Amino acid sequence: MATLREIRDRISSVTSTQQITKAMKMVAAAKLRRAQENILAFLPYSYELRGMIGHLVALSGDLTEIPLLEKRPVEKVLIVVVTSDRGLCGAFNGNIIRHAVQRIAEYSNREVAVFAVGRKAYEFFSKRDYTVHDHVINIFNHLHFESAADISGRLVALYLAEEFDRIEIIYNEFKSAIQQTLRAEQFLPFVPDEEMEKAGEEIDFIYEPGKEEILNQLIPKHLNVQIWRTLLESNAAEQGARMTAMESATENAQELIERLTIFYNRSRQAAITTEISEIVSGSEALKEN
Amino acid sequence: MASELILEIVTPFGEIFNEPIVRCTLPGAEGQFQVLKGHAALMSTIEIGSVKIEFADAKPAYAAVSSGFCEIKDNRVKIIVESAEFSGNIDVERAESSKKRAEERLSLKSADFDTDRAKASLMRALNRLKVSNFK
Repeated sequence: MATLREIRDRISSVTSTQQITKAMKMVAAAKLRRAQENILAFLPYSYELRGMIGHLVALSGDLTEIPLLEKRPVEKVLIVVVTSDRGLCGAFNGNIIRHAVQRIAEYSNREVAVFAVGRKAYEFFSKRDYTVHDHVINIFNHLHFESAADISGRLVALYLAEEFDRIEIIYNEFKSAIQQTLRAEQFLPFVPDEEMEKAGEEIDFIYEPGKEEILNQLIPKHLNVQIWRTLLESNAAEQGARMTAMESATENAQELIERLTIFYNRSRQAAITTEISEIVSGSEALKEN
Repeated sequence: MASELILEIVTPFGEIFNEPIVRCTLPGAEGQFQVLKGHAALMSTIEIGSVKIEFADAKPAYAAVSSGFCEIKDNRVKIIVESAEFSGNIDVERAESSKKRAEERLSLKSADFDTDRAKASLMRALNRLKVSNFK
């Protein structure tokens, strides 16, 4: 049986762990709020860009002049895997990595490389038998739009240089604090979605310099926004996942503390009882003599 | 149709301006151009530069913008750019330091840095410094 001292040490160690998990939960909650604010703030910008792209795509007859829309036979695929930089966020990274590994296996007859965003993805793929083409880590602590523009710029350059014929992104989308949805999207070649196509309206615009030139500049800007959104979503989802994980860790610690305290009190009581019975039997023995 | 000219400035960090104005001057792809009420529908790219906004009853305001787009339709001017800062809000220190960083990178001429990106960042920093002096 554990001694009283050992149990007491155990209780104080669990209590300090609980304080840490509690603090991490609060920090994650604050960061989650900030991430959500960022997501809300960028929506109008994204909406305007999508509107303009839709309008121009619908009205431009000849889209072959736009290299980012060009579909090539797929031989080389780049998969962008977005994870977090830090752990302690439940199944957040595990889910992403499992899905990415599956996706890579599906492309087994083609050349596949990984672009790792976030330390966890980089650590996983670089230690195993995968081609890690490039990586970006340590960006989530202070998330800047420049980081998004940087990643997006690199991806566009790779596509234009025909190093890859298709670029996909796998990331966690923020649903609610307790729920993340795994998303896999095609990044390049760029596909204007249906919503965009509808936006084409019949107004006689003057275009400066020209429709195709504007479109050629618009799409990279839109791709910056796509990456920015992905980073924001992933960050919000990560904080949400961490919040939930830390909350249940705090609860588990509480349960453990309660169990240990009961055990401690029982052991203490048992020790006292033993002591009393020893004294009593000792004095009984003295009386008899 | 709106009776006045409305200017909206939208960035990835939110809509930072949405007010009626008298006229504005924009850095377009083919040089600066001015927009007054009743302007024809237009879509243009915007270069790194300054936007001058003139009001009916207040002093003109200046904003430093990075590259983006503008759409003019039904007396609404929408400026959609990756960053826009009004002259009073520009962080001169930050602009100075990013100017220095970009210059250092350009002088190194190493292959590690994308020179186009360093140039673009230098231009943005210089533009912010220039606009911060407009009052």
